[in-house]
Amino acid sequence: MNPQLTNPRADEIDAILKRLPFAQTLGMRCEVLGDEMTAILPFQEKLIGNVAIRALHGGAIASFLELTAMLQVFLVSDMPRPPKPINLTTDYLRQGHAKDLYARAYVLKMGRRMASVRAEAWQENRAEPVTALMAHFLVASD
Amino acid sequence: MSDTPRPQYDIAAIMNENINVMRDVVPWANETRFRVTKVEKGHVFGIQPWEAHLVGDPETGVIHGGVITTFLDNLCGMACTSAMTEMRFVATIDLRIDYMRPAEKGREIIGEAECYHLTRTVCFTRAWAYHETRDKLIATAAGTFAINKARLGGSKK
Repeated sequence: MNPQLTNPRADEIDAILKRLPFAQTLGMRCEVLGDEMTAILPFQEKLIGNVAIRALHGGAIASFLELTAMLQVFLVSDMPRPPKPINLTTDYLRQGHAKDLYARAYVLKMGRRMASVRAEAWQENRAEPVTALMAHFLVASD
Repeated sequence: MSDTPRPQYDIAAIMNENINVMRDVVPWANETRFRVTKVEKGHVFGIQPWEAHLVGDPETGVIHGGVITTFLDNLCGMACTSAMTEMRFVATIDLRIDYMRPAEKGREIIGEAECYHLTRTVCFTRAWAYHETRDKLIATAAGTFAINKARLGGSKK
């Protein structure tokens, strides 16, 4: 690997995930390429919300997307620690099947006090997202 | 559609009788460990305990917002079902969460959800999370839910 291509924040993302108990409970991980990050939520039985139709729980998907959005803000900023959420809206577009889930987040605006972020989660096909999230984070250090 | 009137049930009473079963059939609810404490027609109460494995900020020990999202999403969905006169399951269309203040480490969170309007296809809900009273909120939620068609094994949140 060319070390000039790696983002020094990538290692920090990994470290944050490792010391966040809730991220460990979800079992998520992230792959960082430069300023692009893909979050991965490997399927586990405990993520199921409906045993009859074997669908992922909306709360688990929303939690995964919130963490993805938070980490993306951290990745593209110079903040000492991950930002705090102000609010978020989750759109449940399709059923999440009992399979791995992937997500990417886009920082639409990085302000001095707030960041606006959109995140999407998908399974087989990125063009058919399972869930979309819109979130605002507090990025001011005071 | 047939002309025979559908039977009417007191769904809230049925839910109250099965209050512990409702969580046991939802693996992710078991993982986050919340409890449903009371079901009234269109109104559901619950408790989210503090647990070490749910911490979202290791410096403060505060549980992650995603836990509150899961908790309020579930309570809202139950509030929809409890407002109906025949058993139907619902699926979240969208859910907005506003975080007012962090929950305190080690304390349980009280959650309250209400279904304030119901059409043939959609339920409108709001919810609150707090430690003591609704005057000092941790988070609020506003969610809309799609009512699934009456069939066995239908989609459920």
